Amino acid sequence: MTPSTIELPVTADDYRIARYAAAAIALSVAETALPSPLPGIKPGLANIIVLVVLARYGWRDAAWVSLLRVVAGSLVIGQFLAPGFFLALAGALCSLAVLAAAQHLPPRFFGPVSASVLAAFAHIGGQLLLARAWLVPHDGVFYLLPLFATAAFLFGTINGLVAARLLAKPSTEPPTP
Amino acid sequence: MTQRIPDGLRELLEQAAGPGQAPWRTLLRPGDWLLLLCCAALVATSFPLLWRGGVADRAIVKRDGQLVTELALNVARKYEVTGAIGTTVIEVQPGRARVLSDPGPRQYCVQQGWLTRANAVAICAPNHVTLQLAGRGGAHAGYDTINY
Repeated sequence: MTPSTIELPVTADDYRIARYAAAAIALSVAETALPSPLPGIKPGLANIIVLVVLARYGWRDAAWVSLLRVVAGSLVIGQFLAPGFFLALAGALCSLAVLAAAQHLPPRFFGPVSASVLAAFAHIGGQLLLARAWLVPHDGVFYLLPLFATAAFLFGTINGLVAARLLAKPSTEPPTP
Repeated sequence: MTQRIPDGLRELLEQAAGPGQAPWRTLLRPGDWLLLLCCAALVATSFPLLWRGGVADRAIVKRDGQLVTELALNVARKYEVTGAIGTTVIEVQPGRARVLSDPGPRQYCVQQGWLTRANAVAICAPNHVTLQLAGRGGAHAGYDTINY
């Protein structure tokens, strides 16, 4: 019996998405080492990568990178299918939905910072709604909204500025293997 | 060691660390400023949420789980309830209420002092009397003392 090899065709798109997803996963894993004053408040550095990908390659690639980040990142830190995973997934899906709308804002007036802040608020919104519906079936979670909103505003702005700075430079795409 | 860093991340790090970067403010477009301003205002107005809902406006007195009376928290008064082993005295002042005295042996509900937040409860178990505050948002508007 001859051993058969299954060759999966890998496109340049796949390499690019994998490369950015790896960067996003690295950032989100590194971020878990940071102490957090309240569960759910963290910088969300991986979203910088998502914003860069969104601006350079469009929403489809950004969605791939974001969702790969959530799944693979949770596998790395051992949170896969834990409550935190579903919260992150809800946040990622909401922010992707908002980014899909935000990319149609006139680019003359709205840059990555707007997209970042909107996505950050969507992230918090998605997580809070899921937490309310599933983990804490009590309106008490919404009392924390001001704290989460403040964090989303601050980190959304900072991440957006970093993304804007990265995007201001031309892409130095390494050759695809 | 640099080989271990994913290519995409290394690329981004190299770009971010490069010299000759433009100042931060040039990265913001007019709409960004507007959006940031609006968001900052929204966040600021959301802060009263942290304290809202905790405001109590009436005290509910129960004996054996049955409603005895509801006292509005806007006038100071005292109310006496006869329970299983004696009389519990509830004192109400504007915005707060407490168990002033109770025949129970351990006086837990008396030592709890003033209750100020909606859904706070003082339970005088030996006398089968409870005092609970309620707010405008109904029974589930705030935390109760059991699961928070």
